[in-house]
Amino acid sequence: MPNFIMSYLGSTVTPGEAGSQFWALIYVLIIFAGVSVAVICMNWIERKALAHFQIRLGPMRVGPHGLLQPFADALKLMLKEDIIPAEADQFVFWVAPLIGLLAAFTVYTVIPFGPSQAVSDMNIGILFMLGVSSLGVLGIVVSGWASNSHYPLIGALRSSAQMVSYEVAMGLAVVSAVLMTSLNASGTGTLSMIGIVQAQQQQGVWFIFKFFPLGFLAFVIFAIAMVAETNRAPFDMAEAESELTAGYHTEYSGLRWSLFMLAEYAAMIAVSSIAVTLWLGGWMRPFPNLLHAPAWDFIFSLFPGLTFGGLAAIAMIGAARMPAHSFFRIQRIGLAVFAALLAFSALLLLVIAIAGRSADTSVAARFREGIDYVYWFVLKVAVFMYLFIWYRATWPRYRFDQLMRIGWKVMLPISLGVLLLTAIVGVILP
Amino acid sequence: MPQNYVPIFLFLAVVGVLIPATLLVAKLIRTQSPNRVKLMPYECGIDPYDSARGRYTVRFYIVAILFVIFDVETIFLFPWAVKFKALGTFGLVEMLVFLGILIVGYVWIWTKGALEWV
Repeated sequence: MPNFIMSYLGSTVTPGEAGSQFWALIYVLIIFAGVSVAVICMNWIERKALAHFQIRLGPMRVGPHGLLQPFADALKLMLKEDIIPAEADQFVFWVAPLIGLLAAFTVYTVIPFGPSQAVSDMNIGILFMLGVSSLGVLGIVVSGWASNSHYPLIGALRSSAQMVSYEVAMGLAVVSAVLMTSLNASGTGTLSMIGIVQAQQQQGVWFIFKFFPLGFLAFVIFAIAMVAETNRAPFDMAEAESELTAGYHTEYSGLRWSLFMLAEYAAMIAVSSIAVTLWLGGWMRPFPNLLHAPAWDFIFSLFPGLTFGGLAAIAMIGAARMPAHSFFRIQRIGLAVFAALLAFSALLLLVIAIAGRSADTSVAARFREGIDYVYWFVLKVAVFMYLFIWYRATWPRYRFDQLMRIGWKVMLPISLGVLLLTAIVGVILP
Repeated sequence: MPQNYVPIFLFLAVVGVLIPATLLVAKLIRTQSPNRVKLMPYECGIDPYDSARGRYTVRFYIVAILFVIFDVETIFLFPWAVKFKALGTFGLVEMLVFLGILIVGYVWIWTKGALEWV
């Protein structure tokens, strides 16, 4: 058994590439569990952050600062009655959330958390990703149609029209990033997700800064289109609660409804990962080529531990500042235990960072590398997840005709223009 | 490299097994007492008076058709983008001709009013 694990740690390719289905399965399970946990965390963070944007407190009762609220919600949803309307198409109604979830999760097959920290690396990675993530619209259309009710049908139609409209601009922005990967000595680019990050490393620049401002414009177009693709505010026409109650999932209840939420958040994380991979250097830490001395490597590898340490400190201060009433005693103890767990993780990460500081092939060094890659990738994705919440708190919802006008008359010409300019600049510059 | 594509099916299998299993667990522990009013389509308390599967605006079809055209165009751009530097000026001019034809079509659609959402 140790030999088996060591043989994996020594490999520098993804499990899919090596043909090792056992490790691929382990990765799949880790990613599935990780995304589910991330969705639970997002649930809490979104409610809390939105509340603070509006000068409210948000969930405060279930657990210290509402930390256990997502679990209480999950339990409530499990115990809720599951209504399938009498006139609905039973089988299609049942299968619709599953389609959405499969589309949202299968995308994670090619997301590169590191040069070998991905389930698989396909040479058509980005095409696969665009194709599968746009299958998510099928789940929405099918759920709206199967409900046999007015609001879900209108919500589903709106959602499908909106998603296909913004997909065009999104695809053109992706093409301009793929085009940049071919600007090397051999003149051949790549569609593989890992290859795209490696191209950025080789060219020594994140594609967001390449041909400034062209790369930046393509990134902004993608960042707008991905909000529309995931049906989030201010483009959440599909579930505009003031006009369509809840849009395509009006008739869904209980756990089946929560599957739609899971699919929506999984899709948000997936599109953010595409943006990070294509324009923000994927798993690379800041300035990998400029500050490449081993000392810098060591300093940057301390970041994961320090982040957890900072979170532990915040939780500790929160525990110390709780009112000294006996009512808060259990909450104070809970928060202190949470802080201790975070501090323990921080300590573990720091120990790994120090033990694996030499860049050799020892187990500790491999672990340190892997943690670094995943940390920087997740940090960049987390920025996007925060932006999603920020958009929702800041901007009012668009009207549907405005939404379609922006998609077809503004985003499409701009993305086409950016692509052509990038191509012309790429040909002219040596 | 076909082994690169096998993990897709692993992913489908894991999601396809775990999610229905969760639904099954929820089915075992929840209460279930449906009645006629609960099973009616939700229309904010008003009894629905016709089927939802009626007519809706033709604009949705136009958007779908336009999407097919532009998305196929985008897919056609990918191979060129991968070999962009190798093809150089020749590839750029070829692609400008292709996009030029498409842009003429786009302008025509715009003037025809197919992009207006009335």
